[in-house]
Amino acid sequence: MVTTVTSLGRSGLSDWMIQRISAWVMTAYLAFIVCYFIGNPDLSYAQWAELNSSLPMRMFSLITILSIAAHAWIGMWCVLTDYITVRLIGPKATAIRIFFQLGMIAITLLYVIWAIDILWGI
Amino acid sequence: MLNVSIYRYNPEVDAEPYMQDYQVDTQGKDVMVLDVLEKLKTEDPSLSFRRSCREGVCGSDGLNISGKNGLACITPLSSAVKGNKLVIRPLPGLPVIRDLVIDMSQFYAQYEKIQPYMINNSPAPAIERLQSPEERAKLDGLYECILCACCSTACPSFWWNPDKFIGPSGLLQAYRFLADSRDTATEERLANLDDPFSVFRCHGIMNCVQVCPKGLNPTKAIGHIRSMLIRSAT
Repeated sequence: MVTTVTSLGRSGLSDWMIQRISAWVMTAYLAFIVCYFIGNPDLSYAQWAELNSSLPMRMFSLITILSIAAHAWIGMWCVLTDYITVRLIGPKATAIRIFFQLGMIAITLLYVIWAIDILWGI
Repeated sequence: MLNVSIYRYNPEVDAEPYMQDYQVDTQGKDVMVLDVLEKLKTEDPSLSFRRSCREGVCGSDGLNISGKNGLACITPLSSAVKGNKLVIRPLPGLPVIRDLVIDMSQFYAQYEKIQPYMINNSPAPAIERLQSPEERAKLDGLYECILCACCSTACPSFWWNPDKFIGPSGLLQAYRFLADSRDTATEERLANLDDPFSVFRCHGIMNCVQVCPKGLNPTKAIGHIRSMLIRSAT
């Protein structure tokens, strides 16, 4: 058992499951948006604003944003723990890795809050 | 004449590794890569490599042969020579001791982690612990692993985190004991694997399956471990 404190779910299984489920959510959202654009070739701003201000659409968008955030957190955490390691770049790796991990987490959370602000500001 | 290029490194003499070129007369025969190495060894006794059984059972002579990991003793020249050139390097990702000999401590440390022995604390029966033919069949494709390290050293996840990721070979063996009906430590074994590195650093690129000289499928075993973890944790 390897201990981790900056991974999203702490458990490998939890991260793996979140990664798969979030991928399905993002796929469903993308499919919906593409179908909506194809189905409404003369889309007006009023129509677009109406869609995005409805509660079901806001919830779908929010779930998708949370999925993107979780997916990015797990993926970036994997990349950082693969390449910024003491084995590969020396003893400074731990400090550099923590810096990038915390930076990645902060940026992800900022994007989520910003997205919520946009969604509920329509 | 076959052109052979071999990775050489003697830390007591060489500042850094280099490739040494040789020419070998194979008399047109499709011999094994190990035969070429043995012939070269008679001409240049300083060339170092591991070998033992010379029939793909002991797992000593795992090497990177023309870019692909495999056992020198069962790899014929016809499948390894490209453009009349044979390139032999040590297995990648582990420290080189000398020439083609690598330090496999990290590989064995991961093997040790998965407790590669049967755990059953119930009193031993008079003769043996029995299995049905169906239960025994579950071990096929798992017990045959010879620990040559061809798979783990072909895996980028093992290159980056050999101290945290068990690697395909260790995980194949982990499943061999998880699947054994006589083993009673399933929950403890699974609990030891549920972290973001031990099993889940496998991203399923299947290099291990491509190189396994015994034709085994560690990716499939890893999938089974994942399924067992899901069953036990949801």
